[in-house]
Amino acid sequence: MRHLLTTETLDRAAIESLLDSADEFLDVLHRPIPKVPALRGKTVATLFFEPSTRTRMSFEKAAKALSADTMSFSPSTSSLKKGESLKDTVLTIHAMGVDCMVVRHEATGAAWRVAEWVDVPVINGGDGAHQHPTQALLDCLTIRQRFGGLDGLRIAIVGDVRHSRVARSDVFAMATLGAEITLIAPPTLLPLDTTGWPVGTSCNLDDVLTEFDVVYLLRVQAERGGASVFPSNAEYRERFGMTRERMSRLKPDTVVLHPGPMIRGIEIDAAVADDPRCLVLGQVTNGVAVRMSALYHLMGGVPVE
Amino acid sequence: MTRVMDDADVARALRRIAHEILERNKGGSDLVIVGIHTRGVPLAERLAGEIADIEGAPIPSGKLDIGLYRDDLDSRPTVSLGPTEIPVDIDKRTVVLVDDVLYTGRTIRAALDALADLGRPAVVQLAVLVDRGHRQLPIRADYVGKNIPTSLGEHVSVRLRSVDADEGVFIDAAHIGGDA
Repeated sequence: MRHLLTTETLDRAAIESLLDSADEFLDVLHRPIPKVPALRGKTVATLFFEPSTRTRMSFEKAAKALSADTMSFSPSTSSLKKGESLKDTVLTIHAMGVDCMVVRHEATGAAWRVAEWVDVPVINGGDGAHQHPTQALLDCLTIRQRFGGLDGLRIAIVGDVRHSRVARSDVFAMATLGAEITLIAPPTLLPLDTTGWPVGTSCNLDDVLTEFDVVYLLRVQAERGGASVFPSNAEYRERFGMTRERMSRLKPDTVVLHPGPMIRGIEIDAAVADDPRCLVLGQVTNGVAVRMSALYHLMGGVPVE
Repeated sequence: MTRVMDDADVARALRRIAHEILERNKGGSDLVIVGIHTRGVPLAERLAGEIADIEGAPIPSGKLDIGLYRDDLDSRPTVSLGPTEIPVDIDKRTVVLVDDVLYTGRTIRAALDALADLGRPAVVQLAVLVDRGHRQLPIRADYVGKNIPTSLGEHVSVRLRSVDADEGVFIDAAHIGGDA
């Protein structure tokens, strides 16, 4: 593995190997000294051209737990404001001497372009509505911890699938691990074309609610236009929100996941968000372990093609 | 490939080392036997079993993966990680590290760093089934099953019934460069 850009091209062995290592890193994170020297002397640059708290902090925590140094970049205070191009920004930071770049950008494919420009591993930290592979890996890890594996599990991905890089990453990773996936959203929030996706679709959550082992809720992405295609937040909650009432109708061992940030009262009720069957905080902890695993796999040895 | 120890030799060596550990430490209290991934782990379990037989009381044994503490991560493919599980707190206890082959000493250096991140043992000792020489660091074993003089080009492998098809210690001249 040279870069981590998408879950579409990861085979089962690659995903399982990343998750297996993440399990060990989770143990490391629970030790009195939650730090190992594996990446001592390496520098990880986090280049987030879009706002982010959890993903950036998660990568920084992961890098530091592996003893790597971190450098971060935020567009609001950078020379981008002065008109510098993405390529020049990337090459400048690369020339300072970094060993890995984590890139988040609003443009689809941005991380691939960066990977063409530099000779260090690149991790896609989210490109537009396209891919966010470490999120999918942490979701798979969370589900695997709960059920032992994803084979045969029925997973619903509910909400703004059209604008969601999380959904696009999860669909391929979860399907590769053997899960059966249904996308559930208003027609205006389903992808225009799901040809080639290993999924079923539905526009009525209540019809199929009781079939699933995992319900994965997505945030309505107002910043990508998600909120403009249904009448009101109240109506969205009424038809697609995980309300306390819907929660009570799920199978007893069904769990609820959400990539965060949660908007309580729209896609998830506050009571559901605080329910023990909602695994959101576990997802966050697993995120650090999965990112340690990704950094270790990309930098902890000589790359094998 | 030459067999230099057979399964009976391995069993006798482990039994002797068990007695030596008890003699040196004046009994089995405070002992924790910790195997280094991979072949050290079953060896540690067997050693703990031998000691428990002699003492008539169970001896805790654990496993240590040193992959994240290696000093040569930049010169080899990414190694997959094994579990690190030590069932008791190692603070103020006597930890006996167990590995199959002592060679350059770099694995043991890494294991000492890994242990230090888990706690502060009162004493750390080292037991190995084979010492093949060619140390690159000032490290020695407290308990040795067999000293086997080797050349750098030879490859020493330990096979154990619990993880391999057969059991014994083998020297193979075909490998060039050896193995850490």
